[in-house]
Amino acid sequence: MALIEFKDVSFQYPNGFSAVEHVSFSIEQGESIAIVGQNGAGKTTTVKMMNGLLKPTEGTVVVDGMDTRSFTAAQLSRKTGYVFQNPDDQIFHNTVGDEIRFGPQVLGFDREKTETLVKFAAQVTGLEKDMDENPYNLPLSIRKFVTIASVIAMDVDIFVLDEPTAGQDQYGIRTLETMLKILREKGKTIITITHDMEYVVNNFEKVMVMAHKNLLRVDHPRKIFMEDALLEESMLIPPYISSLVKDLGIKEDVFTQEEIIEYYLSRK
Amino acid sequence: MGYIELNNVSFTYLLAKRPAMENVSLSIEKGKFYAILGANGSGKTTLCNIIRGFIPNFYEGEMTGEVMLEGKPLKDYSMEDLAPKMGYVFQNPFNQITGARDNVFEEIAYGLENFGVPVDEIQRRVERVMEMTNTAYLAEKNPFELSGGQQQRVALASILVLEPDILVIDEPTSQLDPKETERVFDIIRKMKETGKTIILVEHKIELVAEYADHVIVLENGKVIDFGEKHEVLSKLELQDHGIVLPQSVVLADKMRKQGMEIEPKLVTRDELKQELQRKYGR
Ligand SMILES: Nc1ncnc2c1ncn2[C@@H]1O[C@H](COP(=O)(O)OP(=O)(O)OP(=O)(O)O)[C@@H](O)[C@H]1O
Ligand SMILES: Nc1ncnc2c1ncn2[C@@H]1O[C@H](COP(=O)(O)OP(=O)(O)O)[C@@H](O)[C@H]1O
Ligand SMILES: [Mg+2]
Ligand SMILES: [Mg+2]
Repeated sequence: MALIEFKDVSFQYPNGFSAVEHVSFSIEQGESIAIVGQNGAGKTTTVKMMNGLLKPTEGTVVVDGMDTRSFTAAQLSRKTGYVFQNPDDQIFHNTVGDEIRFGPQVLGFDREKTETLVKFAAQVTGLEKDMDENPYNLPLSIRKFVTIASVIAMDVDIFVLDEPTAGQDQYGIRTLETMLKILREKGKTIITITHDMEYVVNNFEKVMVMAHKNLLRVDHPRKIFMEDALLEESMLIPPYISSLVKDLGIKEDVFTQEEIIEYYLSRK
Repeated sequence: MGYIELNNVSFTYLLAKRPAMENVSLSIEKGKFYAILGANGSGKTTLCNIIRGFIPNFYEGEMTGEVMLEGKPLKDYSMEDLAPKMGYVFQNPFNQITGARDNVFEEIAYGLENFGVPVDEIQRRVERVMEMTNTAYLAEKNPFELSGGQQQRVALASILVLEPDILVIDEPTSQLDPKETERVFDIIRKMKETGKTIILVEHKIELVAEYADHVIVLENGKVIDFGEKHEVLSKLELQDHGIVLPQSVVLADKMRKQGMEIEPKLVTRDELKQELQRKYGR
């Protein structure tokens, strides 16, 4: 059985607005998946159902065998860690260190395990030098890493990152890339929402495309960025090389800088 | 004499170990689009705050040097005079929503109400800006019940509606999907066509390369480069200063190293495309 299973899931907000309609998919243990799609497509709403922050109003969500409707968000958050789109929704402590330490303490881990986890979390997010800082004196992009570290320190199996690439500079992106590799090596399952298509093509083999409350497609980015109709419908703009190749009218399967150079050299 | 001038400006936040802005001199022309680039922490937001006059007014710290607007020291302008002249879109969209009103339409209209603009004009201007920013369909929604990208568009709309002469915009597309990001740059282009001066902080280098006139590059609070975009963005050595260059620049460099003949200083995808078509037929 899959680790995460959405079966015909719909979600309506309390004000009556329907944000997700009849979505089905499954995610296996150890997978790394990017979710892309236009603003308001329903991405955040969908992933909030993975840790019980939201419960489906129709259909079922099963995470590691648990039907999320039968468990509390607190129970589910031991399995799935969610990093909010707005980091300020989940920062409550006066120092970065206290913020990261809070999760493992609440979970009742012993001192040694807690310190090991905190150290690891700070290290992979590049926060070691900021442990005594007040999170609110740090830039938003770094506060995002504080929330990521807090979730890593809880030693969850499933990581859901809501737009970690937003506002990151190239160091931030590189930190995310390295972190992704390290977590994957540990067998973690990682779901990342992002609008950064370069980040998608450089780091993911599986992409979920959402548009107007629906899941349109799950596929390899190479496939997705070749399909004009799908891009049109989901309002996606392909990454630089795919766009250049299209502009130039090149029909061959060219996807990277190296491949396009190869293409020209072979035509000479 | 520039429209906006910074003369040797330095600023150190209270208790900070080093200046966030150091000996910065810039001359900004009216009606042009300036993009500010730099790694996080390099001082982009600080520079925006200095240009807008929020530093030194609302931040504790030590400032030296002077900012001039139309030949007059910025500090001689009252906040009331400056507010309608210079709009500022904050970096964190989640903080810009005032929540003073309970739907998106009223949220966007709020600033105009404060300026005492007549009701029918408010109606007209808000409708136009909602059209422009693709927020019309959100008019009746509670501003706190929006997706991240929708909130960011509402935040931008609430400043655009004020129609200031100068727009200082700090990372307005961080939560936006690619299409909406392009829309924002298109709006900025249109603003520029009506004579507005734009100062924009943005990490999305391909769009900066396409739309901006001039680029200001910051590192550790210093301006390490400032000039016309083709001149600045084609300097490969900027990569050693934490700056991401347009892919056209990086790709063209790799192509040259493989013996292909590519003209220098091509910064946009379209420029590289035309060069490839010219030289290689495709
Ligand atoms: N608390 C809420 N109450 C009512 N409607 C909401 C709420 N939060 C979001 N919505 C609506 O639900 C839809 C989906 O929102 P969601 O946050 O899931 O989008 P998203 O795909 O994450 O978009 P973005 O890329 O902008 O973050 C949007 O139309 C939004 O306006
Ligand atoms: N309110 C503040 N108080 C103290 N230091 C600050 C404050 N805001 C920013 N800084 C510091 O000033 C420097 C420049 O920050 P900022 O202008 O926000 O950079 P950027 O916008 O390029 O990310 C950083 O070292 C940052 O930590
Ligand atoms: Mg979202
Ligand atoms: Mg900033």
